[in-house]
Amino acid sequence: MPATATPAERVELKSGPPPAAPAGSGGRNWSTRRIERTIKYESDRNVGFGRDVMRVPGCEQLENCIQCGTCSGVCPLSIYMDHSPRQVMALTRADFRDEVLRSHTIWLCASCYACTVECPQQIRITDIMYELKQRAIDAGIYPRRFPIPVLAHEFTHMVRKHGRITELVLVIRLFLKTDWFAALGNWRLGLDLTRTGRFSLLTERIRRHGDIARMLDAVDQPKHPSP
Amino acid sequence: MVSLKPEIRIGFYVCHCGHNIASMVDCADVAAYVGQLPGVVLARDYKYMCSDPGQELIQKDIAEFGLNRVVVASCSPLLHEHTFRAAVAAGGLNPFLFHMVNIREHASWVHTDRAAATAKAKVLARAAIRRAALARELPQRQIPINPGVLVVGGGIAGIHAALTLAEAGKHVWLIEREASIGGHMAKFDKTFPTLDCAACILTPKMSAVGAHPNITLWSHSDVVQVDGYVGNYTVKVRRRPRYVNEELCTGCQECIGNCIYKEPKFPDEFNEGLGKRKPIHIPFPQATPQVVLIDPQVCLNFKRGVLTDRCKKTCVEACGDRKAIDFTQKEETKEIQVGAIIVATGFKPFDVRRVPQYGYGTYPNVYTALEVERLVNASGPTAGEIVLRDGRRPSAIAIIHCVGSRDKKTNRWCSRVCCMYSMKLAHLLKEHSGAELYNFYIDIRAPGKGYEEFYDKLNEEGVHFIRGRVGEVTDWAMIPEEEGKLVIRVEDTLAGVVRRIPVDMVVLATGLEPHADAQAVRRLFNMSCGTEGFFLERHPKLAPVSTFTDGVYIAGCCQGPRDIPDTVAQAGAAAAEALALIDRGHILQEPNTAHVLADCSGCKSCLPLCPYTAIGFDEATHQAVINEALCKGCGTCVAACPSGSIGQHLFEDDEVFSEIEGLLTADPEPTPALAATP
Amino acid sequence: MKFAYFPGCSLKGLGRAYEESLLPVMRHLGLELEELDDWNCCGATAYMAVDEAKACVLAARNLALAERSGRDQLLAPCAACYLVLNKTKHYFHDYPAMKATIDRALAAVDLAYAGDTAVRHPLDVLVNDVGLDAIRQKVVRPLRGLKVATYYGCQLVRPYATFDDPYNPVTMDRLVEALGATVVRYPLKTKCCGGSLTGTVPEAGIRMVYILLNEARKRGADCLATVCPLCQFNLDAYHAQVRSEYGDVIVPTVYFTQLMGLAFGLPEKQLGLHRAAVPLRWRPPVPEVAHA
Repeated sequence: MPATATPAERVELKSGPPPAAPAGSGGRNWSTRRIERTIKYESDRNVGFGRDVMRVPGCEQLENCIQCGTCSGVCPLSIYMDHSPRQVMALTRADFRDEVLRSHTIWLCASCYACTVECPQQIRITDIMYELKQRAIDAGIYPRRFPIPVLAHEFTHMVRKHGRITELVLVIRLFLKTDWFAALGNWRLGLDLTRTGRFSLLTERIRRHGDIARMLDAVDQPKHPSP
Repeated sequence: MVSLKPEIRIGFYVCHCGHNIASMVDCADVAAYVGQLPGVVLARDYKYMCSDPGQELIQKDIAEFGLNRVVVASCSPLLHEHTFRAAVAAGGLNPFLFHMVNIREHASWVHTDRAAATAKAKVLARAAIRRAALARELPQRQIPINPGVLVVGGGIAGIHAALTLAEAGKHVWLIEREASIGGHMAKFDKTFPTLDCAACILTPKMSAVGAHPNITLWSHSDVVQVDGYVGNYTVKVRRRPRYVNEELCTGCQECIGNCIYKEPKFPDEFNEGLGKRKPIHIPFPQATPQVVLIDPQVCLNFKRGVLTDRCKKTCVEACGDRKAIDFTQKEETKEIQVGAIIVATGFKPFDVRRVPQYGYGTYPNVYTALEVERLVNASGPTAGEIVLRDGRRPSAIAIIHCVGSRDKKTNRWCSRVCCMYSMKLAHLLKEHSGAELYNFYIDIRAPGKGYEEFYDKLNEEGVHFIRGRVGEVTDWAMIPEEEGKLVIRVEDTLAGVVRRIPVDMVVLATGLEPHADAQAVRRLFNMSCGTEGFFLERHPKLAPVSTFTDGVYIAGCCQGPRDIPDTVAQAGAAAAEALALIDRGHILQEPNTAHVLADCSGCKSCLPLCPYTAIGFDEATHQAVINEALCKGCGTCVAACPSGSIGQHLFEDDEVFSEIEGLLTADPEPTPALAATP
Repeated sequence: MKFAYFPGCSLKGLGRAYEESLLPVMRHLGLELEELDDWNCCGATAYMAVDEAKACVLAARNLALAERSGRDQLLAPCAACYLVLNKTKHYFHDYPAMKATIDRALAAVDLAYAGDTAVRHPLDVLVNDVGLDAIRQKVVRPLRGLKVATYYGCQLVRPYATFDDPYNPVTMDRLVEALGATVVRYPLKTKCCGGSLTGTVPEAGIRMVYILLNEARKRGADCLATVCPLCQFNLDAYHAQVRSEYGDVIVPTVYFTQLMGLAFGLPEKQLGLHRAAVPLRWRPPVPEVAHA
């Protein structure tokens, strides 16, 4: 995106320092002469990581990536990413597991599937992003107060307990766990919701809510329980 | 099982084919096994049977061991049956006492278990031995070849092939679907990388075709039926009416000037619809033949193609005494006899509407590459000025590579020419308009003489190369500079950033694909198509212009995308292959013809079944009679005869049944493969 | 026509105006919707990120309930639910391991899924089953003069483009035109609304909302029409943030079912138009025959 638009474009994600300086960002700190080494050694690779991802249903086509950049070209969020979707594909295939799982990119994916329908190699990039998010959660490597994984966690927790989502309760819990100020900043939104009869904290739940936990536990049975 | 006559002396050879066979089949073991089978005098394994020493080995053994049958277990008969038949003949045996068994494609290449593959090779070899024991000596018939050649398609490939053959003194029928020959090349402005004018190098060859005494040029015509076989094809050609007598038209074009339509009104096909033409027109100034034609869909003297005679016919007046215009002209079907056929039907540009995200048809200033060829051409609709559909002149132009290429949703292959023609168009557009040029590419493919140097030259000219496949072309603006422009959104993969680039004009580098009717053409000439729909060559390396039908050759983009130099080279090769065939004067017929046995009851059920009308009926003997010159050995009558009274040379019942017995007989040596397949 | 109906959490919460307008419109056209008994969260986007298998199991419970209800078609108005339910069905058929997981989890709660239920979106049913002619016949107050930007968002047409083109969907365009309104050319019709990023990374999410609203405004649209509760919420609820950062680019956003209700002359209170933070003030002109 051209830098001439609005200040919102130059924003950095609030929580968690970037794991490694992405190429091209070093110039910003030139006054302090901070430079970073970006070389990758073979020992940085988690050999087999890429193959492992490609074995997951929906992720098989990654082996055909030709690095054309269509995914990044159509992605509405690529302009905020530390690694473009194309780079995430390349890093995954090259087994740089930690670099991939620490990337903000996988959390910024809004699952709009634009990349998936446009990819000339029919790689289901959105599904690969889902898989990488799951692996980051399993490995516990994501920025602590970064709201997206927190939302995912709160979401699953609520579904397990009640079987349904009560959106407002979910949103409030999210703000409590990430950013109090953001909650306060949204006072206008709360006001609107009250005015339009949509502000309700009454929890939605299904009758047989025990069913959900039983089903989810049955999924885990043959595997080790997820963290 | 048929008992073996004592005089049968079979020599058996297993070929290693380097590692191709030997890595998966234990060749020595196969030889040892076959060596103890009845009738086998000697069994050897050897590294390359097709090599000269391999062939000499067979000849030596025939003399030394008195062999009277030879079986080679190696690759496909398609590749080397003729090699070994020749070797056996050189050793003094009738070549049809040789039998070949394929243990490469049928055993080693398709298996991963060495023991099982070896066992299968043994079974295949055993079956071949049993069949070979019953092989008969057969004579080979010579059939004369018709020296004429049919060339289908009048693009640069067809033109070059036709001229080559005509120069060698052969008569050529050149059939072209459009009204003029020239094909796509006639529409190009310049050619890469030398930038010589396409028309300047093509039109002399077109005129040569038009004037050559050995070439019969039929444009506006289609091949509708092909019968016969190598050396003797009968071809039916439909000549569509152009409502102008080709013999009488002098190409003066006074009729066009005097057409009742004062101004050209209808989309001009040659200029990709960017220009206009009249109902009576000539495709382009250098068209060959120089004969006008009338489009009955729009001519006032017709209504929806049907003659009404309601126009004042000012064209007829203008033609005057030449009397070339003939509104009553009808479609004609002509029949010709040829010995060989060259198919050079070319390609179809990819339909860019299949990639809607690039905005063709939505945004007027999005063009196809072929449209731009006309736009930059001095004789094009704008006389070479770069004026856009909305009347503006561009100051920034984007060329998007790989539209309909390298894309599994449309065509997955690389179209091979787009990188180079995109660079050529970038150069020409910059030269003609002074605009900023942006090339968006996935990879630059410039493998050719002077091609990489051309890429260098464009970099020096300041043409931008951005590595990234364009996400979309839109018209919504984020910043003031983008207002009223087409915006390209792309990841500049080398710089590692997503960019939005406003331009005035977008050129889509359309890929090449087979014609929509390629399957119908394939059936017409009994050819095969690859998965992508291009015509299939007999061998990708060693028989690149031959097809699986003898006497039918292919050249140019109908076989796959290629540039002009490669097309011309291939057309020359196809012409040479056709010459090699027809200059031999005759072909040796495979003696696999059917023959009627003495016990034919004369039921006549075979007569209507023969696709080659080779079966007659002798009223005197009340039996069917097969004309061996016409019989192609398809076996239909053999299978259909209710009393089993038709045999077929090379495929006699006892031979085939022995082979089957050889495959199915329980083996003295139990093998894993047989245990698995009862 | 009878359908099993899966409202999803949003239609009971922030997107309740969607359900409020959908039900009377469908009833008006003679379609019966039978809410799935004891349905649960579909397992949408946020859950997919945590555990794909579990997300599919959640969706599969709903599919199994639909099969048990005896209806062969399940109506899912929320685009996210529509996608997850469809995706689960695809995975169930394409990946034996996923099928085994789903079978095992459903067995734990005495349910089973055979894989037959068709998951449909109301837009698809209305245009392709009911038909535009039948809809036109019900129009008593044509939306003459209303300029609409049809906004499909992502998940209705991607990645499973079952009833429309993923690049240039037109189903809603034809429907809105049948109601008498004018469709403006809106090149962003399948762009992303930002999803949950409006809440989690507002710097990115709010800007995406701004781009969508601003372009609709520049194209002269009186409103955007959506098919998804999250799109509607994002385009509507964050008007204050958008205004403070980017100026006044606000255009009201309505559900396509609300437009249908207006054109059908249904009582406004049934259509939930008052639920929007930026409500559509425009009303179809009263037909002249009414005065005669």
